[in-house]
Amino acid sequence: MALLQISEPGMSAPPHEHRLAVGIDLGTTNSLVATVRSGTPTVLPDALGRALLPSIVRFAKDGSVEVGYAGQAKQAIDPKNTVVSVKRFMGRGLKDVAHIENAPYDFVDAPGMVQIRTAAGVKSPVEVSAEILKVLRQRAELALQGSLSGAVITVPAYFDDAQRQATKDAGRLAGLNVLRLLSEPTAAAIAYGLENASEGLYAVYDLGGGTFDISILKLSRGVFEVIATSGDSMLGGDDFDQRVFCWVVEKAKLPPLGARDMRLLQVRAREAKEYLTFHGEAPITAKLSSGELVDVAIDSETFCGITQTLVQKTLGPVRKALRDAGLTVDDVKGVVMVGGATRMPQVQRAVGELFRRDPLNNLDPDKVVALGAAMQANVLAGNKPQGEDWLLLDVIPLSLGIETMGGLAEKVIPRNTTIPAAKAQEFTTFKDGQAGMSFHVVQGERELVSDCRSLARFELKGIPPMAAGAARVRVTFQVDADGLLSVNAQEKSTGVEASIAVKPSYGLVDSDIERMLRDSFEHAKADVHARALAEYRVEGQRLIEATRSALDADRGLLSADELKAIEEAVAELEKRLAGSDHRAIKQASDALNRATGEFAARRMDQGIRRALAGRQIGSL
Amino acid sequence: MSAGAAKALTSSGLQNHFELFGLAPAYLLEVQALEKAYRDIQSRVHPDRFANAGDAERRASLQWTTRVNEAYRTLKDPVQRGKHVLELHGVDVAFETNTQMPTDFLLQQLELREELESALDAKDAARLDRLRAGLRGQQQALEREIGEAIDAKKDYAGAGELVRKLMFLERLDTEIDAAYEGLE
Repeated sequence: MALLQISEPGMSAPPHEHRLAVGIDLGTTNSLVATVRSGTPTVLPDALGRALLPSIVRFAKDGSVEVGYAGQAKQAIDPKNTVVSVKRFMGRGLKDVAHIENAPYDFVDAPGMVQIRTAAGVKSPVEVSAEILKVLRQRAELALQGSLSGAVITVPAYFDDAQRQATKDAGRLAGLNVLRLLSEPTAAAIAYGLENASEGLYAVYDLGGGTFDISILKLSRGVFEVIATSGDSMLGGDDFDQRVFCWVVEKAKLPPLGARDMRLLQVRAREAKEYLTFHGEAPITAKLSSGELVDVAIDSETFCGITQTLVQKTLGPVRKALRDAGLTVDDVKGVVMVGGATRMPQVQRAVGELFRRDPLNNLDPDKVVALGAAMQANVLAGNKPQGEDWLLLDVIPLSLGIETMGGLAEKVIPRNTTIPAAKAQEFTTFKDGQAGMSFHVVQGERELVSDCRSLARFELKGIPPMAAGAARVRVTFQVDADGLLSVNAQEKSTGVEASIAVKPSYGLVDSDIERMLRDSFEHAKADVHARALAEYRVEGQRLIEATRSALDADRGLLSADELKAIEEAVAELEKRLAGSDHRAIKQASDALNRATGEFAARRMDQGIRRALAGRQIGSL
Repeated sequence: MSAGAAKALTSSGLQNHFELFGLAPAYLLEVQALEKAYRDIQSRVHPDRFANAGDAERRASLQWTTRVNEAYRTLKDPVQRGKHVLELHGVDVAFETNTQMPTDFLLQQLELREELESALDAKDAARLDRLRAGLRGQQQALEREIGEAIDAKKDYAGAGELVRKLMFLERLDTEIDAAYEGLE
């Protein structure tokens, strides 16, 4: 018997004009922006028709910023102020970055995230990434002739909380409404899955410029379910360049190099790597600043030899993901290859041998992530009618935990848990009259806290005097749909509630973002208030639209008084929207949000009941 | 913990996860029915459906999806599902305090762990594969027994011991995973 279809106009987006939404692949080496136009995902090129934007940002002394090819052109002559592969530094401290000694920058070890001193001042990786995002945003707004309603930005699946937070902050700093952070392999699966209408278990092998991800996904009737994910956020195509670079230095017996020569040879090394994909041998020639001429050639056999350990290093996480999913290679129906680095023949070979099947690579590995992100942005913006859209269920890549006695990490939410997820754990005092408790939130799989990544520390104060063990402090971890964590602690036994919400220490606090926004606007001579007014207006209008469509669908769930209260809040917000006081608009929006809280909860209950009713009727 | 907090017993409010999915509270459940109910509900409450909604709806969506994920995770997991069914029948499995197990079972566990250690010492992946295959068979047999005890015989106390056994096997499973990682 066919399933009974239940239409619920209130649960889907109301009829409206097409919202402009984009997907952005913020890559280590290159970045792209794509959108869905007339039902087809397309990468948006620049004025010269180039799809890729090199993820390179140059900061000049006069304050001007050159992004992409313009920055790339200066990278050999001005390496200190030309930031490449900034993604490697996102949410990272100085000691966390691999090969940092080979990077030609003046690093500043700021608390939380490393920063770079440039001719235009000290820049955080978030600010550098925001410059790339701004260029992509402008490119999209020019191409689509309108301002964007939202963007999906992709992150490696294996990015931890700090790295995700930093990425979202960069999006906000670039003036984007970040609809969702989406993991890169999942984006690729969306692009592949829908084009090929595939069902079953798929592996996505994603070797980018600086990160490696493996995800195992289950595709079935419009649901993309990530079963397991693993990877290495410090391994990518850059490392292959690095091996070639070191080989050249050794082969040509070069002395220690300056920043400029180093950068020049790194560029030559990358070119040689790319050349070897289609040729048996690649020449490497460069004129160093000393006048010395480097002229060597590397053949593909040597290249495979010196990079073999890197290829092998990717296979460990692949096996781990399969084990986590409780699968063997035979259960996997196909392997999707993503990321420019998967063009290397030795990588294709190794993956093919492990899975005993030829990998799928019919979509451009450089574009597939951006295309999938654009398709997801289109769904999130509400541009696709219900029934033609799909659902994406993602997981957290690394376990989240808390430090307990003896420096051990107690896992609160294990890796590969489907998000959103929450878990509460209770703790108690161990001294009589103890008034405070300090918590240390960590992420990682190791037993010892010192081997995990420290995300945040916070203290709960004002616990009333009690005997040891009598206090009941409930610590709640909540991970949202972007994979971002918030932690909350409450003392409950005496009815006295103290509560604190923390953001990971690598993320920027809202005041930082505001300051950066202000700085950038002052630089651009834009009006901060005008900007805030525009943003709150859009937000307020969106809220009214959403509330109206909810009322149209489910007015019956409200009593006359409740309905009146909501309608009054809508009227108040409408009145404020006509004015130009951005604070009043914000307050009226907040008030409407509070007024609809209970209504939203009831609508959700009803949605679940209807889902069950549909199922039971269908299975009769 | 640095400023002195000791872990206390977790007390979570009891919610019937089966009801959420419209399923009968049985140990042996139809995985396909569970998956379908889970997806049907998710497609209505997931935050992706509310990316353009107001804060109130987004919050409600986050809370519901979190709860649905938790319930699904519990019911998918053979040990957690057993624990949950027994709790619904008023039986506290008390994994943390009740460690009394039959001697022959414990001896068998000891032997399996010795085999695991010697396979690891010999760096022998094939032996790990065999150990895992054997363990899987044992786990499936135990799950059938638990289903019988709970769903047919209503022998909840007896089922409690079987669930504890299953948990021992699950721990061994985790150790085998760690051993594979040790080989790489």
